[in-house]
Amino acid sequence: MLYIARSRSIAARALDGEMVIMSTSDSMLFTLNEVATEIWLAADGRTPLSQIVQDKVCARFEVEPEAAYADAEDLCRRLAEHGILAISDRPIDSPR
Amino acid sequence: MIPGRTVEIGGLPVLLRMEDRALQEAVEKWYAGYLTTTPSAEPFDLTVTVGLTGGGAADHQAHVEWRDGRWLFERFDFQAEWFPDSGRGWVRQEGAVHQPIDSVLRILHSILVASQGGCLMHAASAVRNGRAFAFTGVSGAGKTTLSRLAPPDVALLTDEISYIRSMDGIYRAFGTPFAGDLGIAGDNISAPLKALYLLAKGPENRIEPLSPKQAVNVVMRNILFFAKDPKLVEALFETACRMAACIPVYRLIFTPTPAVWETIGLACCT
Repeated sequence: MLYIARSRSIAARALDGEMVIMSTSDSMLFTLNEVATEIWLAADGRTPLSQIVQDKVCARFEVEPEAAYADAEDLCRRLAEHGILAISDRPIDSPR
Repeated sequence: MIPGRTVEIGGLPVLLRMEDRALQEAVEKWYAGYLTTTPSAEPFDLTVTVGLTGGGAADHQAHVEWRDGRWLFERFDFQAEWFPDSGRGWVRQEGAVHQPIDSVLRILHSILVASQGGCLMHAASAVRNGRAFAFTGVSGAGKTTLSRLAPPDVALLTDEISYIRSMDGIYRAFGTPFAGDLGIAGDNISAPLKALYLLAKGPENRIEPLSPKQAVNVVMRNILFFAKDPKLVEALFETACRMAACIPVYRLIFTPTPAVWETIGLACCT
């Protein structure tokens, strides 16, 4: 089981329903598309990623669940590399 | 009391205290259009000394760091400390020349204006008919070219670093002495910023509006900041979002001829 949580080391703003996120630690700027934005907003550290994909992606977009999960996990790992998302195999109480 | 000269840029005066006569003369010459004896506010205070060696860093890249309640700036030719709580600081620079203190002032203003909801931006800017326009883009995109092509009724604020401040809820662009390839200081005036253009050379002159998300990207990627300090980055991100919400941002595709200036201001101001 994988859990994700939004980092505290970011500044973020929703524009036209999509997130623009800046890492305050390395000043990198990210823009998320609609699907990535849904995942980002649901990243509370307590809801498993599989549940987020099911509720926020598969329920709203026409995608294969397995492919959607694989894409979501890939996205989360890339965002975690830049420190704007925390990722763990346990629930996350207080992300950095 | 060490004698000084007050240099006011963007409505933020900085008193440069210098005992070195040659440095005083260099400052008077370089900042001729920006010296004042009647500053618009209580000046910030910077004591500048000259030595044979000034720098604390080995390379040509300026290092800026927040540590223990003060900013530290250093490059191969200067070392400086800035204490924001007191509005005072000092600079030790190599040689009685304007280049080190000019870099220190760029860094200092990038910090001062960020705390006031503004920013320095990699952009040329100009005023026409009481309205300011800024032109940004990567190096070589055409900032200096566009500045050179400006018709006589255009006042150039800068061909390199635009100074943008929010005053009474309106973003204004100010002239700066921070020159680029053109090598001349901008006019010491300001005007409401009416549009920001992302420059791209092309076969014709036309403008394309950018989405809010694209606009934030353009603003944020071209804001000048030397320190990767989390609070500073957060403040500048907020500024970028506010600016993108208030000021129309366009892509300006242009051919390097004076006719491009007929396109500027059309969409936002007609």
